[in-house]
Amino acid sequence: MAAQVRVLRQRIRSAKGMKKITKAMELVATSRIAKAQAKVAASLPYAEAITGVLTALASNARIDHPLLTPRERVRRAGVLLVTADRGLAGGYSSNAIRTAESLIARLRADGKEPVLYVIGRKGVAYYRFRSRQIAGSWTGFSEQPTFADAREVGDTLIKAFTAGADDVDGDAGADGILGVDELHIVYTEFKSLMTQNPVTRIIGPMQVEDRPRTEGALPAYEFEPEPESLLDALLPKYINTRIFAALLESAASESAARRRAMKSATDNAEEMIEKYTREMNSARQAGITQEISEIVGGANALAASGSEV
Amino acid sequence: MAQQLHVELVAVEEKVWTGEAEMVVARTTEGELGVLPGHAPLLGQLAEPSQVRIKQAGGQQVVFDVPGGFLSVTSEGVTVLAESATPATPAR
Repeated sequence: MAAQVRVLRQRIRSAKGMKKITKAMELVATSRIAKAQAKVAASLPYAEAITGVLTALASNARIDHPLLTPRERVRRAGVLLVTADRGLAGGYSSNAIRTAESLIARLRADGKEPVLYVIGRKGVAYYRFRSRQIAGSWTGFSEQPTFADAREVGDTLIKAFTAGADDVDGDAGADGILGVDELHIVYTEFKSLMTQNPVTRIIGPMQVEDRPRTEGALPAYEFEPEPESLLDALLPKYINTRIFAALLESAASESAARRRAMKSATDNAEEMIEKYTREMNSARQAGITQEISEIVGGANALAASGSEV
Repeated sequence: MAQQLHVELVAVEEKVWTGEAEMVVARTTEGELGVLPGHAPLLGQLAEPSQVRIKQAGGQQVVFDVPGGFLSVTSEGVTVLAESATPATPAR
């Protein structure tokens, strides 16, 4: 009986230890969500300004930039997948991977060869374990991405995209590099603290939207240098901004997913502690009751035998 | 000089500086450029690297080092887009 109580006491102690850890992780994730959201908000002015500049430029210049024109035949399609560096974030990484997998299956069905670029240790581990080829991977910044990280990723992707321009079937073309003809990104959209959805977006070639303007024609701009070279300089930066925005949003989603996972782990630990405490108390009480009945029984037996003599 | 320019200097990770100014001086790939209130709409690429000088009323001046970026002048004001911007020690 005493042994059972001891075992339960030990279980309660270990559940309490786990609860402390998960609670701490929950709090850390909560503060990270706020930080990530602040970063998203801080990056908005630039994103808005660069979109404005691009709009002004697109309506003034001829649009025939390679980053804007869809290729006639898409042979290889780049897929950039954003996952977490660390686990314990519920289904965050596996949901993103599943979305990427369905995108890859769709690309294959269309006769396009997917080329994988992965951000985050979880995604890299997933593909390494299955010995699938990864064209490029970056790790170590999934929770707190900086623009330098986004630029590194973006430059690699744009280089691959540019290299894909002269590819012919199964051959790398004049530059000797097998590039890609399309760029997709899979990241996790931050809807709210409770919902985060993995989404896929096309980042290259970009689609120019023709929207009727309500507030009249844009003013005639002067350009320094020529609109074409300006577009040349602007578009890669714009893609980098898009990637950066996706990274920031994913970071917020990751923290939110981790917070939720850790909250339910803490709740479970609490439940277990309560259950074990109950069991321990009843075991202890049973032990006491048994001891009393043994003593009473013994005393009665003694009294009965004494009266007989 | 009743008229003022509304200037915004935005970097990717944050809005660095915003306020009213009398003149913005920057260097595009084509050459040095000063923007006064009422300037025609303009899109320019900044030289890499370069400085952006914002002259405020009262002779004050704020200077930022930028590693390149874009300058957009509209009727609403001036927007400087830089990937990053660090305050520089003013020349004078």
